[in-house]
Amino acid sequence: MFDPSAASNAIIDVGATLLIIAAVVGAVEGLLYLVLVRWLKARLAVPIMLLAPAVLGLLALNLYPLLWELNVSFTKMGLRNFFDPGFLGLTAKRNIFVGLENYVNVFTQPILQEAGFFQLFGQTVIWTATNVILHVTFGMGLALCLNRPLRGRGLYRALIILPWAIPAFISLQIWRTEYNQQFGAVNQLLGLIGIAPIPWLSDSFWNFVAMILANVWLGVPFMMVIILGGLQSISAEYYEAAAMDGASSWQAFRSITLPLLRPVLTPAIILGTVWTFNNINVSFFINQNELETSDILVTGLFRAAFQYSRYGFAAAFAFVIFAMLLVFTVFYIRRTRALRGAYE
Amino acid sequence: MSGQTVVPGAQIQQLKGAKSTAAQATGGRRERPWKRAGIHAILIVATVIAVFPVIRVLGVALRPGDRLLDPEFELIPKGATLDAFHHVLFETPLVQWLFNSLLITVGTSVIGVIIAATSAYAFSRYKFPGRGVGLTALLVTQLIPAAMLLVPIYILAVQLDLISTYRGLVVAYSVTSVPFSIWILKGYYDTIPIDLEEAARIDGCSQLEAFWRVLLPLSTPALSIVFLFNFLAAWSEYFAASILVGSREDLLTWTLGLQRFQAQFQTQWADLSAASIIISIPVVALFLFSSKYLISGITLGGVKG
Repeated sequence: MFDPSAASNAIIDVGATLLIIAAVVGAVEGLLYLVLVRWLKARLAVPIMLLAPAVLGLLALNLYPLLWELNVSFTKMGLRNFFDPGFLGLTAKRNIFVGLENYVNVFTQPILQEAGFFQLFGQTVIWTATNVILHVTFGMGLALCLNRPLRGRGLYRALIILPWAIPAFISLQIWRTEYNQQFGAVNQLLGLIGIAPIPWLSDSFWNFVAMILANVWLGVPFMMVIILGGLQSISAEYYEAAAMDGASSWQAFRSITLPLLRPVLTPAIILGTVWTFNNINVSFFINQNELETSDILVTGLFRAAFQYSRYGFAAAFAFVIFAMLLVFTVFYIRRTRALRGAYE
Repeated sequence: MSGQTVVPGAQIQQLKGAKSTAAQATGGRRERPWKRAGIHAILIVATVIAVFPVIRVLGVALRPGDRLLDPEFELIPKGATLDAFHHVLFETPLVQWLFNSLLITVGTSVIGVIIAATSAYAFSRYKFPGRGVGLTALLVTQLIPAAMLLVPIYILAVQLDLISTYRGLVVAYSVTSVPFSIWILKGYYDTIPIDLEEAARIDGCSQLEAFWRVLLPLSTPALSIVFLFNFLAAWSEYFAASILVGSREDLLTWTLGLQRFQAQFQTQWADLSAASIIISIPVVALFLFSSKYLISGITLGGVKG
């Protein structure tokens, strides 16, 4: 079924938006040109004009929402108090300012009906650490296998990348189906080696394991590609010299591959950690909003906002999560000095 | 002069990289046959694991209607039929959803790449106050949990009357991947010697011409990868689409449509599988198309040329 009138509406809608974006960017650039180039003759006119569209977009879609959330996190905005919170809830039509109460409640009261902060936090740490370690280990193993003359190398690479290429929305639905206790492939395969069916979708522990298995499957290809890129930038001369000195391949890996891979590996690990920590897809689509007890922090956040509609509380919770991630990232980047090249 | 006559520095590196891999890790020695066999075995196991769910879905999609819950593993099931493909293509709005998604995704990816390519140029080639802070701020945006932005963006969209149209969604998708794209592109621009642009300027190009005719053509690998990332992010996005256009049947994207499909026909596994395969084709094709750039295009970290 294809409705041409709906399609033309869609084209007009999207086309008009693209034109509006172009017009706004054009107007801003024109204004900047007049002010910076013609009037002020500013030295930095060109970079400012180059950055303007991105800055505008990020202010509207990242900074504004963050400030809004910060503002709301001091109020008891929710379904019962669903109106414009004004400044900190003080200037709203009814005073809904609660001070730091939401932030205290994040740690002291249950976040969901069946789960509190520390359970979700513990699960998130296990979830993130397990995934990142397995992504890097398997990604490294496969990259080392593929970084050598080998028949069928291109074919292997293309097929192993497939889990990354298929939309996660689809592959997670597939995984959910395969986790079905009765008909799913996972239990049938386990049955072949005599393991009793596992309740992947109804037991919170096994559900959590199921999430991790699915995400390992999803995430290894990305890590493999990044590491493969890093391996290819290491000159073969190092290995030749090591071989002449009689180094074993394990020694060569320890003292050539790993250190030279660090500039690539460290940012990849930071990125992988952040993405895994914030990954709402896997938990949301494998679990399909059924078991609160196998949630991680970001799925808990989604529930707090959209299922329980506690907007003020969810905003405070979001800032706690954001702050933890920020502290971890800053600490890790400082420790490893991972990005020093980028700032030069 | 034009960009084509210059020997691209990044590509020389690529060639060197490709050649050196051949001898790498073996240190020039020939490998023993058992080791070679072991490596093939590892790669075959990994390939089977990576491909298995896809094969399963294909098998289910081809099954005739009466054998859907058959617990057998067959590559091509007995009595295989394309009925499910015919059904989802011609008797459900799947094509409509795909059309909507493709329209939004291509439009926003093009905008996202343009915005990122110009900003990354500023970060790579200019020193200006706030440059370091800006790069850090871009990194910090990657730490924001998606669920944190959904409520304010929804409220903002309601206030600006952007619900139930694509306007809000298009703006949101255009910006989503910009920070990550800027980092990738900036890293790649940094590996291209500035001498090439300077030479072009001596030959009479303006600064923007040098960017357009020298730097951009040399950055094709990174630009392709960034387009791919933008495309992937918008193509399979679910949450923002659900809050912004989820209430309009004719505006559904495929993620929303498929979700309804699933709720309506809980047991129509063949239809769902057929739809999944059709939906995956554009992205997998894009992946294969850009696969030659996939490894050289991502320069994470401070790799300098």
